[in-house]
Amino acid sequence: MKCAVIQFAGSSGDSDCYHVCKNILEKPVEYVFYKESFAPEDFDLIILPGGASHGDYLRPGALAARSKVMKSVIDAAKAKKFVLGIGNGFQILLEAGLLPGAVLINKDLKFFSNDVFVRVENTDTPFTSLFKKGEMIRLTLACKYGNYYADTDTIKCLKADNRIVFTYCGENGNTFESNPTGSLENIAGIVNPAGNVLGLMPHPERCAEELLGNTDGLRIFESIVRYIERGKTHGIS
Amino acid sequence: MFLAKVYIYYKTGVLDPQSSAIKTTIADCGFDKVSDIETGKFYNVKIDVADKASAEKVATELCEKILSNPVIEDYKFEIMEA
Repeated sequence: MKCAVIQFAGSSGDSDCYHVCKNILEKPVEYVFYKESFAPEDFDLIILPGGASHGDYLRPGALAARSKVMKSVIDAAKAKKFVLGIGNGFQILLEAGLLPGAVLINKDLKFFSNDVFVRVENTDTPFTSLFKKGEMIRLTLACKYGNYYADTDTIKCLKADNRIVFTYCGENGNTFESNPTGSLENIAGIVNPAGNVLGLMPHPERCAEELLGNTDGLRIFESIVRYIERGKTHGIS
Repeated sequence: MFLAKVYIYYKTGVLDPQSSAIKTTIADCGFDKVSDIETGKFYNVKIDVADKASAEKVATELCEKILSNPVIEDYKFEIMEA
């Protein structure tokens, strides 16, 4: 399998994602600049990294979502290639229409930077097959615009289709006081209907090696690698 | 040449914590006649077309495709000769 890490102007999570692919997963990986394009068959996994692309101007992810490379990302997603959007990468997927909804500024108007506990709600996706359903994991969250919003019908649809993959929860599993952004339904990550596009606000690439004291995020990458290498047919179920 | 004054604002029902924070300060400062406040964004857009109808068409497309996010925002604009 071959990975791509997209570099937008202002991306800051790009080198961490590249490092995980190359040195932890030991897979071939290339940077793709936002002014470039690629063919759907060029990569199996395309990562949209975190970091305020284009200065978060207009709306977070709005300018990046309209850049040249995103046409290639959309074509690759349509061709059932795997797309992982992390932090600002998630916001770009929302702005590009690859995932539904939008983000608002955090409920307390602050940039949140700390570890959070996240519950794995759906393990039937190619990105989460190595987790146990309901398992709590610890990931790093760093964002000012992480407050996921969608209209009532969209939320209903996400719940009915089991597309809410990660939710914020407390250390004891209590979601009530543990949602640092104000996201509806405590949403931390969602997947598209075909199951090949995942977006999440926390940063699994920062929790992917023993040296950093946490490998919970690595299993997201390992899940997708295992899925691709086993050559399973795509889709959630 | 026309000038479009574009206003982008949150849809009704979308939580805007910034407005809530400003509203609290307004009340704290004694403006007891101010009952509500909403934040939004404003853009001046110059559009190089021959007539007003064309300018409206460009402004509408611009608002729908780039300047607003229809999930959370509505827009309106005024067109004037520049």
